[in-house]
Amino acid sequence: MNWDAWLPVLVVASSLLPGLVIFFLSEGSHRLRTALNLAGAILKLVLVGILIWGVFHEHVYESRWTLAPGLELVLHADTLSVLFVTLSTVLWLVTTVYAIGYLEKAPHRSRFFGFFSLCVSATVGLALAGNLFTFVIFFELLTLVTYPLVAHRGTPEAVRGARIYLAYTLGGGMLLLIGTVWLHVLAGPTAFVEGGILSSLPAAYHPQLKIIFLLLIMGLGVKAALVPLHGWLPQAMVAPAPVSALLHAVAVVKAGAFGIVRVVYDVYGVNFTDQLGLLTGLGIAAAITIVYGSVMALFQDNLKKRLAYSTVSQVSYIALGTAILGPIGTIGGIVHLVHQGIMKITLFFTAGNYAETLGIHKISEMNGVGRRMPATTLAFSIAALGMIGVPPVAGFVSKWYLGLGALEAGMAAWVMPVLITSSVLNAAYFLPVLYRAWFREPGPAWPAEHIPAARFETSAALLWPPVITATLALAAGLFAAAPYSPLEWATLIAHREYGL
Amino acid sequence: MTDAMIGLIALPLAGALATLLLPRSATAVAIGTGLATTVAAGLLLSGVATQGALHYEIGGWSAGLGIALRADGLSALLLMMTALVALAASVYASAYFNTASERARFWPLWLLLWTALNALLLSGDLFNLYVTLELLGLSAVALASLSGRRAAVAAALRYLLVGLLGSMMFLAGVSLLYAGYGTLDLAALSHMVAPGPSAWTALALMTTGLLLKTALFPLHFWLPPAHASAPAPVSAVLSALVVKAAFYLVLRLWLDVFATVVTPAAANLLGLLGAGAVLWGSWHALQAERLKLLAAYSTVAQLGYLFLFFPLLLALPSGPARDLAAGGLVMLALTHGFAKAGLFLAIGVIQQRCGHDTIRQLDGTAQRLPATTFAIALAGVALIGLPPSGAFLGKWQLLAGAVETGQWLWLVVTAVGSLLAAAYIFKVLGHAFGHRPYPNQPVTVAREEWPALLLAGMAALVLGLSGAPMWKLLELGI
Amino acid sequence: MLTTQILYALTGCMIVALGLRGALLHASVLQRIVAINVMGAGVFMLLIAVAYRGPGLPPDPVPHALVLTGIVVAVSATALALALVRRLHAEQEDD
Repeated sequence: MNWDAWLPVLVVASSLLPGLVIFFLSEGSHRLRTALNLAGAILKLVLVGILIWGVFHEHVYESRWTLAPGLELVLHADTLSVLFVTLSTVLWLVTTVYAIGYLEKAPHRSRFFGFFSLCVSATVGLALAGNLFTFVIFFELLTLVTYPLVAHRGTPEAVRGARIYLAYTLGGGMLLLIGTVWLHVLAGPTAFVEGGILSSLPAAYHPQLKIIFLLLIMGLGVKAALVPLHGWLPQAMVAPAPVSALLHAVAVVKAGAFGIVRVVYDVYGVNFTDQLGLLTGLGIAAAITIVYGSVMALFQDNLKKRLAYSTVSQVSYIALGTAILGPIGTIGGIVHLVHQGIMKITLFFTAGNYAETLGIHKISEMNGVGRRMPATTLAFSIAALGMIGVPPVAGFVSKWYLGLGALEAGMAAWVMPVLITSSVLNAAYFLPVLYRAWFREPGPAWPAEHIPAARFETSAALLWPPVITATLALAAGLFAAAPYSPLEWATLIAHREYGL
Repeated sequence: MTDAMIGLIALPLAGALATLLLPRSATAVAIGTGLATTVAAGLLLSGVATQGALHYEIGGWSAGLGIALRADGLSALLLMMTALVALAASVYASAYFNTASERARFWPLWLLLWTALNALLLSGDLFNLYVTLELLGLSAVALASLSGRRAAVAAALRYLLVGLLGSMMFLAGVSLLYAGYGTLDLAALSHMVAPGPSAWTALALMTTGLLLKTALFPLHFWLPPAHASAPAPVSAVLSALVVKAAFYLVLRLWLDVFATVVTPAAANLLGLLGAGAVLWGSWHALQAERLKLLAAYSTVAQLGYLFLFFPLLLALPSGPARDLAAGGLVMLALTHGFAKAGLFLAIGVIQQRCGHDTIRQLDGTAQRLPATTFAIALAGVALIGLPPSGAFLGKWQLLAGAVETGQWLWLVVTAVGSLLAAAYIFKVLGHAFGHRPYPNQPVTVAREEWPALLLAGMAALVLGLSGAPMWKLLELGI
Repeated sequence: MLTTQILYALTGCMIVALGLRGALLHASVLQRIVAINVMGAGVFMLLIAVAYRGPGLPPDPVPHALVLTGIVVAVSATALALALVRRLHAEQEDD
């Protein structure tokens, strides 16, 4: 039994198989459903642990399956894929617990958890993709399996939001596909190799390569919510909170950003991209998105919408890090993949808690909520401070590396203002919320108190996940220098990419 | 293996006669025949895979006067698809028809249709092809008019007249070929045909006749009403198999018999018509108010994709790139066969449960029938061309061929067509979401819902994931 | 050099053209069915012309077989078409 070839497949299967079984369970069998979900998540965690250890010691884990001559499905674990897989797995476990609590008594839970598991399988498959072809396949699968999650509630608004989501993501997928096919015709099977494979192509191809890059980034940019392709993200807020949490921290948006990282580092190679003059363009697009998202967030009263625009802005830090030539900028971008994920999921969990417990959807309704729900609001505060970039929460580490990288690459002239403006804007739209929550008097009654105040402020399944992820965000910042921390891992990735 | 070839024609023919003579046990006889035929198709496929192209002369009379049966990779694959689709539709049909008189009329015609399909795919000469083409047309028309309602009869009549027109033109072309080369055997002709006025005229006549039968834009007008008003299992087979048979003939003629005669300009014409089909068909599918009309227009569009391959196949030099494109074409055709059949069967289930198939009023039903909705979703994935369906691999080859030969128009058409297909499929699926709770079992009537589900699953999953050996099989054919 | 063979062939083509015109342009279904039959007759004539092998020689049986098959097909198809027309007529009378 060749474990090295089976391990990537098993990592994907550990959520795929339970998901398929869950579809056939009747609505009432929640114990079995919970057991399957948690068993799958824990198994995946164990397998990923093995993967981390193996990749650190330069083991090769690879599975191949031929779909057609010249088109191979490849699952390959390298340092970057392990980073994303770990993030997905840990956050999936936490979100599953949260979703079980959130959807108690909601209809269609078997359908929900079935597609939920498929969504994670697609994300993990995408993370482990060993070539662009495999990446595109899982990318499109991700679109398909997230559609039912966005439309889950079945209301006309949900169906409409899901349709907009689909229009954007399928359009982007088509652009990505065309770029990939074109690249295939020019360069053959595009395996992901650290340092990229395209620099050896003759110069006559360069104009075509530039167009292909544009197509690929546009296709990926839809999911990564690069302006002006971000329109679907605020619309997709109609989904239940666990879906928003998963989509915005882990699955869809990160998949787009992860794809951009892959294309720049492992297909084109960061030096070649710079040579073609494309890195600056990517940086500018990222910068515009960062500022635009933050500005739009200022004007939103609906909490989830404000968080959505904040996501638009924050994910582009990853693209910005990619656009900064040099290992330090790279580290900043890649580590933010993890940090932003943990912080944003905390924010969405807490937003979901406010809505489920007290019926709060708007920021104007949040006066004094810190007294009624202290633990939740503390988690919210930690994550918000991290978003602003306040040490020692994780967000500070990413911004520090981005700034330092920009200085080293000589791009400080325009990157630093962007970073500073963005942090100021982040403060402008998060600090007032914190002020309201902690220091204002609450109104006469909450909009709709679904869960009355008991020993704990809300149900356990809703309370523990944000507390855990907030602690992780804090730990990622405090213990950034420890071995196996996200920062250390990102440093490892950068070193292997630049051949240091 | 020759037994398998003969069995493929003899078994359904015998079955048709048996169901005619034994109306009371018609269903059992029919399903039994169907199983036997499917086994024969499987045997043939494995025979071709191991031994290469197969050849059999009936009665020992050599080609020229005798009838030769030929099976290569392409025909074996299409025969397997025909068998699986027809078997699944037969199982569905056994639950669909309620009265004995309906069944007595249905089964003999159904098995005759199957015979005609198999015989057409196995024919090695033009005479036999003409006969089987006619048999196919007549049984298809009779089945389409089975319900006896006015819309169905009128549509069937138009289908018949159009089909006859096509056949006459085909026959005229055959006579020109015979006048020029003195033989009707396909293999012999492919060596002998040379460019010249008689060859061009023959090609034009035969192609036009076949294009009428395969409903390529703008000769497609008869298809939507005919497929939409036929009973569900009949629609499934009409869209998935019957029009595919005519397309198969166009493919054989263009790539085998008239290979030296066809010009890139002619191929571009076919490509342009295909592009028109894709855009026109997809647009009308989006506007359709009824599910069956949507599926019928979708067939018009999907056939267009198949014709987009022609300019590519002619522009690519003979070699691995061309083989890849040819394989993509076959993969797309196979996937569409399974997907469209599954879609029509699923629509049939919905139509029987609610008495209508109007899209706007689907809300409650889509939730009451989760297995059927899932079948529609899977079929839809295959029709749009999303991974992991076989259609994704087929469209990949189409896009790659377009990039390689620099024919960007086909790339744009494919992209737009796929997005339109996504629009009309998800318009239907949007109605699957609602507030009503689930029934406790996902599948309500097994015999009706499983065939649709299995066919759709075949298209969306099996073909895409395990289709790689097909390319090797095809090197024996095109 | 208008040999009998070429004369037959050209006549056949003309009849095909006439039939085609009729099939496409006539409004009534019955007229169209007749027109398609006329087209068929033209094709058969063409085939008979093709069968001629030379003075005194027996004609080629293959085109003859095609013609016979064609006649059988045309007759059965016309029968089916007429049955459908009758059914359609009956449906319209019921309204």
